[in-house]
Amino acid sequence: MKGVIETAALGRRYGRTWALRDCTLTLPEGRVIGLVGPNGAGKTTLLHMAVGLLAPTAGTITVLGQHPAAGPAQLGRIGFVAQDTPAYARMSVANHLRLGAWLNPGWDEALARHRIGQLGLDPRQRAGSLSGGERAQLALTLALAKRPELLVLDEPVASLDPLARRDFLRGLMEAVAEHGMSVVLSSHLVADLERVCDYLVVLVASLVRVAGEVSALLASHHRLAGPRRDPDTLPAAVEIIEESHTDKQSTLLVRTGEPIQDPSWTVKPVSLEDLVLAYMSRARDEQVRGPRLRVVS
Amino acid sequence: MIRLSLLQFRGQAVVALAALATVAVVLAVTGIQVSHLYAASGLASCPSAAGCPALASALLAKLRGDAAFGVVYWAGIFALYAVPAILGMFWGAPLIARELEAGTCRLAWTQSVSRTRWLAVKLGLVGLASVAVAGLLSLLVAWWVRQVDPLDPFGMNRLQPAMFGARGIAPIGYAAFAFAVGVTAGMLIRNTVAAIAATPVVIGAIEGAMIAWVRPRLIPPVHVTMPLSLATVQDVGTNAGAPASDNLSVSAWVTEPGGWVYSTRVLGASGHTSLGPQPRACASGSWQSCLDALGRLHLQETVTYQPASRYWPLQWAETSVLLALALLLAGFCFFWVRRLSG
Repeated sequence: MKGVIETAALGRRYGRTWALRDCTLTLPEGRVIGLVGPNGAGKTTLLHMAVGLLAPTAGTITVLGQHPAAGPAQLGRIGFVAQDTPAYARMSVANHLRLGAWLNPGWDEALARHRIGQLGLDPRQRAGSLSGGERAQLALTLALAKRPELLVLDEPVASLDPLARRDFLRGLMEAVAEHGMSVVLSSHLVADLERVCDYLVVLVASLVRVAGEVSALLASHHRLAGPRRDPDTLPAAVEIIEESHTDKQSTLLVRTGEPIQDPSWTVKPVSLEDLVLAYMSRARDEQVRGPRLRVVS
Repeated sequence: MIRLSLLQFRGQAVVALAALATVAVVLAVTGIQVSHLYAASGLASCPSAAGCPALASALLAKLRGDAAFGVVYWAGIFALYAVPAILGMFWGAPLIARELEAGTCRLAWTQSVSRTRWLAVKLGLVGLASVAVAGLLSLLVAWWVRQVDPLDPFGMNRLQPAMFGARGIAPIGYAAFAFAVGVTAGMLIRNTVAAIAATPVVIGAIEGAMIAWVRPRLIPPVHVTMPLSLATVQDVGTNAGAPASDNLSVSAWVTEPGGWVYSTRVLGASGHTSLGPQPRACASGSWQSCLDALGRLHLQETVTYQPASRYWPLQWAETSVLLALALLLAGFCFFWVRRLSG
């Protein structure tokens, strides 16, 4: 698999604390990839290293086959929308577009103008007086009009209201459909990722807990409910991600490539949100207790 | 990148130009009055101010009689010290700090421009503008004082420590240095307000060190030993604790027109540091009889000073030191900007 972002034992330390440690992952090309994980999982650190804002302390990272901060040409291949979508508060929308045109040789003026027109933004308005949603759209416009091969977005909608969030993601989807670039989008809002992503990576404490196509993930995970029993009686091919038991009943979230045959289980599909939460809570438990040991009989 | 920097700098540049224009108008109006007084004084036809002391003191009396003259004269000196620091605080310190604080560096650094180039253009453009503002101000003030400075209107010539940094090209060096201090402080502190506060402290400390230790050593001073001129004697007394046979202490101060005197030391007749016993006339007699007694001792005095002709060599030397410091700081900024995290 050729990766749009490939890392090996990647780490970044701030003082004595590691924001990301020993992270090895490959994000496939040509996808809209959702990077999800709890706060402090290292998402922002990873994305900042991918766009060349941050140098790794350990390990390697290649983006589009090159070192991220290899030079202006490499910077031009990556579009980035930073968290909280910073903009120059006292500079007008039109001047932000000029900034984009001046600093990027591949600038697509028509695209930028079209998007600003479509959004109904007044070019003379100062960025500081835009709403959060409008500023996010401006930042997305700047990133898109670079005509990047890879678009990286760090929690772009986290601080937006639901309507602005929907508009933003819709704009993103239209652009992806039109220009066909790879997209990596981090969020802790799974519902938003579900709307736009076709590939999902769950990152907890620098480790990839699960990664794959969204449709494949949904097809291979099930929620089982049935009378209480020892989970180890399940076939070996069934991996238990999450389990909870009452006196009478067991509820499991499992991953399996094969259909569940046992008629005593009620099999239900899982939502992406449940799936992500299951992996995240399992990772959290492992951090507390250490990796779960399976007794081999 | 140059166009973006110009765009971002536009507002500050307009303020600076407006301030310079105001200063120019004030200096032009008051400067013309000074020129009229000078022309009327008849000093213009004198070969040098020292040659016509009566004319010079008559003009100075007239000038000092005009309150506006003193205000503008001192304001000019104050402005030439303050403006480099102000530029460092309000142009230098926020230049990078504000981008780091507002997160706009994440926007700027992910365009197709390297961080080094981004910094080079910002530093170059705003740095040159700082130097230009300080240089223009110094030029305006130099025009205003061109006729009165040689008269030392307040007993202080341009080579003396308090005046030296507010004349000639030194303000250019201070502006470049102050700007570099501001940028570096902003980059290290990452907080605009704190960087603005820290900048004048650093500039003041370095400027003090410059005056106290660096400037006196830029060019080795001249030492001249000559017979003690009784007119230069300031005080006569005894060295406490010294034996009565060798307790005479004489302090003297030689003034050097247009020069900068570090020290004047009184020595014995043969150049020894011991002056012998205090003459009786000095213990009890009148000042004049004491001076007469001193005259009979054939004492000598050694003056350590920079002559007036050293003014421009010293100006160039100090400005070069400041520019070198500014370049050093800029070099550090280029090193540090690559290590900054967005």
